[in-house]
Amino acid sequence: MKTDHLEIAGKKYTSRLIIGTGKFKDFETMKSAHEASGAGMVTVAVRRVELDRGKESLLDWIDTKKMTLLPNTAGCYTAEDAIRTAILAREACGTPLIKLEVIGDKKTLFPDTEGLLRATRHLVKDGFVVLPYTNDDLIVCKKLRDAGAAAVMPLAAPIGSGLGVRNPSNLRLIMEEITDLPVIVDAGVGTASDAALTMELGADGILINTAIACARDAVKMARAMKDAVVAGRLAREAGRMPRRAYATASSPETGLVHE
Amino acid sequence: MSIRLVVNGEDRQVSPSLSVADLLVELDLQIARVAVEHNRRVLKRHEFPRVILADGDRLEIVHFVGGG
Repeated sequence: MKTDHLEIAGKKYTSRLIIGTGKFKDFETMKSAHEASGAGMVTVAVRRVELDRGKESLLDWIDTKKMTLLPNTAGCYTAEDAIRTAILAREACGTPLIKLEVIGDKKTLFPDTEGLLRATRHLVKDGFVVLPYTNDDLIVCKKLRDAGAAAVMPLAAPIGSGLGVRNPSNLRLIMEEITDLPVIVDAGVGTASDAALTMELGADGILINTAIACARDAVKMARAMKDAVVAGRLAREAGRMPRRAYATASSPETGLVHE
Repeated sequence: MSIRLVVNGEDRQVSPSLSVADLLVELDLQIARVAVEHNRRVLKRHEFPRVILADGDRLEIVHFVGGG
């Protein structure tokens, strides 16, 4: 998509980086990392309240004036569970946004695309703004688009793996073919170079959690990711030089003193 | 006299005629930060004071936690 900003369901975000809230050492580190990242949107999970514990709430550590909440349906293995979780999330904070996950397998956390499509159709009909976490299959992305999703979020690699972009060809195809809604790469990014590459491939946005939270210095990595996302997008807009099989000298080949 | 509820998968004895809002206060929860499912129906926040709990009711009380 050719826009100056990341645009999701009519709302513009200056940052193309979406950040997570999981796996941080503590809330204070999380908050500092969020600020360093410049992200305008942040994911949260929905879980049972622990009834006999302290009252510290995740939301005490998120500035919801600066960051839009994006609840997820992590941990849901069926469309029905994901739908139930989405409805709870909407009641908890009033947002129609949902990062829809319907997981197919515990080891890889790859999406169950059949359940994902079913849940997408249901939630779109119920007025949700659905951002589905999917795989790098162009056909599934097209079906999600046709089902009314507000974006598609293909994975780079398994959630939390830090392996970086496993299949750049597939991602590039998705970005070439899906041009009427944002393509936001979600899952598997490991370090800043992965993020820059993802943006150079043509992503409209990128969602990063583990790579920041589990870096040795989460705040520093958040800053690195912020710069990488900007650099990657700029490089794409600049239009890279063509690749050549052999060398072409950068300095003149005449006027040498030792001719 | 008390009634038995199942709250977040666990048995809980409470006084009869409590509303959902009353229960949340008793559990010391911030009403604005939770969502409640009562017998598999997600409640709207304005319903909390009006839904009266009965013996055997099943409740799920959720909130936002860290996630990616």
